[in-house]
Amino acid sequence: MSSFLFWIFAALTLIFGAAVVLNPNPVASALSLVVSFLGLSALFMSLDAFFIGIIQVLVYAGAVMVLFLFIIMLLDLRAEERRRINWLAAAGGFGVAVILLVQICFVIGRFQVARQIPPPITRATSGDVWNIGQLLFMNYNLPFQVIGVLVLVATVGVVLLSRRQPR
Amino acid sequence: MITLGNYLAVSAILFTIGFAGVMLRRNLIVILMSLELMLNAGNLSLVAFSRFRVGVNGLPDYNAQVFVFFVITVAAAEVAVGLALLVALYRARQTAHVEDIRNLKF
Repeated sequence: MSSFLFWIFAALTLIFGAAVVLNPNPVASALSLVVSFLGLSALFMSLDAFFIGIIQVLVYAGAVMVLFLFIIMLLDLRAEERRRINWLAAAGGFGVAVILLVQICFVIGRFQVARQIPPPITRATSGDVWNIGQLLFMNYNLPFQVIGVLVLVATVGVVLLSRRQPR
Repeated sequence: MITLGNYLAVSAILFTIGFAGVMLRRNLIVILMSLELMLNAGNLSLVAFSRFRVGVNGLPDYNAQVFVFFVITVAAAEVAVGLALLVALYRARQTAHVEDIRNLKF
């Protein structure tokens, strides 16, 4: 993947990621999140992780965002009315975020491995779905089944939580 | 040429945007979306490390991608439970605003 496409999709991801936080309207935030996830999926594909890119689109941009939009419309959340902003707390939160970013960038700058360009994939790949599936069902079989139980527990919990309480 | 550091920098900025959203926004549903941004920033750095660590068999390290698969699954379950909690809270209090929930506030 050429570096031009990398910068395009990185900018898309970051600009719409910032729009999620900056938009006062939750529906606009959710739609910005969809675009941000599509850009992120393109970045995954630029890293030759096609399976992860596809399930990013299917699970996040598809299922999770539909869930978000559904809940926003169910609860009829409007744009936030202007409230009194606690400027001291906002500046504190922003300051902590900036300090975190500076620290991570400092660590990446000191990190020798971060300067390398991608090593070539020498073997003709048999498709990364095949490789991931092989690993998932051979080496990670037990965690995979535990994840299945976790999803079942989450489903039962969601049904229980959203049931109307008998008065 | 794009290096590993570029991907890690994008991941770091995306994580910081999500973190700032959790710290600054007061709307619970936007806080949940910011959590998703942070999880995805972690996924991006995992996939980048996987691609830049080509083993002796000439393939990327697929262990990291299996881990990303697990993260995506758990994140989807987490969103479902979080939104169900939000609906339950909205039924009880008619608000999705963190400053209106102050029962435990000292």
